[in-house]
Amino acid sequence: MSKGTVVIGVIGADVHAVGNKIIDFALREAGYNVINLGVMVSQEEYIQAAIETDADAILVSSLYGHGEIDCQGLRDKCNEAGLGDIILLVGGNLVVGKQNFEEVETRFLDMGFDHVSPPGTPIEGVFDYLEEAIAARKK
Amino acid sequence: MKYLTADFGSTYTKLTAIDAHREEIVGTAAAFTTITTNVMNGFHEALKRLETAIGTFAYDKLLCCSSAAGGLRMVALGLVPELTAKAARTAASSAGAKVIRTFSFEISETEREAIEAIEPDLVLLCGGTDGGNREVIVSNARKLADAKGDFSIIVAGNKSADDEVTTILSASSKNFVITENVMPQFNQLNIEPAREEIKKLFIERIVQAKGLSGAQALAANEIIPTPLAVMNGCELLSKGTGDTEGIGDLMAIDIGGATTDVYSMSHGHPTLTNVQVKGLPEPYAKRSVEGDLGMRYSLRSLVETADLDKLAREIDFPVDEVQAWIDACRRTPHLLAVEGSREQAIEEALARSATRIATERHCGSWESVYTPFGQVFALTGKDLSEVAHVIGIGGVIANSPHPAHILEGVKSEGEKSPHAKPKQPGYLVDKRYIFASMGLLSQKDKELALKLLKREIVSL
Repeated sequence: MSKGTVVIGVIGADVHAVGNKIIDFALREAGYNVINLGVMVSQEEYIQAAIETDADAILVSSLYGHGEIDCQGLRDKCNEAGLGDIILLVGGNLVVGKQNFEEVETRFLDMGFDHVSPPGTPIEGVFDYLEEAIAARKK
Repeated sequence: MKYLTADFGSTYTKLTAIDAHREEIVGTAAAFTTITTNVMNGFHEALKRLETAIGTFAYDKLLCCSSAAGGLRMVALGLVPELTAKAARTAASSAGAKVIRTFSFEISETEREAIEAIEPDLVLLCGGTDGGNREVIVSNARKLADAKGDFSIIVAGNKSADDEVTTILSASSKNFVITENVMPQFNQLNIEPAREEIKKLFIERIVQAKGLSGAQALAANEIIPTPLAVMNGCELLSKGTGDTEGIGDLMAIDIGGATTDVYSMSHGHPTLTNVQVKGLPEPYAKRSVEGDLGMRYSLRSLVETADLDKLAREIDFPVDEVQAWIDACRRTPHLLAVEGSREQAIEEALARSATRIATERHCGSWESVYTPFGQVFALTGKDLSEVAHVIGIGGVIANSPHPAHILEGVKSEGEKSPHAKPKQPGYLVDKRYIFASMGLLSQKDKELALKLLKREIVSL
């Protein structure tokens, strides 16, 4: 029995493919059903995949600093598509330059994300959160 | 061995006589299809004409296909338009069906009524990956169970919903069959099982319902939909047999009165570097049917899409003159342009537009994305830019003195165009309309069908 279905991908015009493969591998090993959309993923693609696969969470990666622009409105579109309770995670080098992470985190939480990971977080760092959040969602 | 193939079309019943010993097509003939009385009347009339031309033809085997009585009318249902709904449409089209409409998400009462109004022969019900969304396919099964009409349902969606769907449909009077999901995993296309079921149901139920039992009784094969026979012919010509090589990647365009069909036999892998492939993968043998692009019954929508002013400018004719011919064709669908007349030039411009628009919809498209690492392309669908052969099928192309001019509608409009259309194709034409016949023959003798296709489909 899988621990849940997670849609992953690198958002926007970002083509960093290596981390995406590591995340895919690690989540599968940890017992998740992974839907990997690869790189250069649009908001609509995450949502379409989540609908079709009845996903529990969307895990957005962004490495090239434009994540803030790319991620705006994702929660609103999920709400619109009937995915109001889907868990949204984001992580990577989300903004340009070295900014205070607390401020960055607040900005992404305000955007509607449920969990924000700072630069350099290994994927194992979100395992506990993901497991609890999916368990809570399924109740 | 002598074969006779019969294609029961919506208007004409077309016969092709093949002598396997002499390895040649000895003759072709056509007569009006007589589906409303007895389909064999039209067949015998055509046979009489054939034998008048070539003498008595004692055939050993009769092979038949049909698109008479509206063809195989289907409705496809899926969840997300770009995913399972598209997969459902692809499966139905490649089985030779005419997909009248595709529905996505949970259908409403109005949409249920729309399905009833279409009076489909078959409905393909999909939605959800295996283990994915099940609410939508279950809800749509309920709607279909309540819908009026004597159609069969093929269920090819989320396997986890199969039991529930079975319970719902068993309680209705609808004939249904459950098969493998068209998209078992995200972005993985699995259309063969659904295609097989469509073929089976066509043989079991549709052949009789469409008044083809008389033909089936005499045929040495199980009657298949004509587009499927054409598709089999295209695939054979492209891939060849185990022993003889085919001609490689190809496209075929069939412009009819009501629809324009486009076939592509190609993997459609990207030909440029710096390309990210997006969206649902597409099959090697792909067929798309444009129900709004046709030379007679769909003329109005064709002209709307192609733009009347643009059409007139292209051939440098007054708009009124073009409009007058279009009006005349719509009033009298059997109207034919006289060879060498100005009307024929209009017909060619219309056919070229239908070719252009249908190909744009069939081919994949590129989107240029500027990233911090430079320009990157995202390709959705098949890249057909390197396809070397484009074949014209159907009356408008075969009877035109300028078939290449019509077929040039497939050609890419240059580097800036977003459509992955052929860049430098060679043009061929199916002068005697033998594709469906060869598709049928390939069921019995692949080598001969390939040899005849290579001989008959001539370069322009």
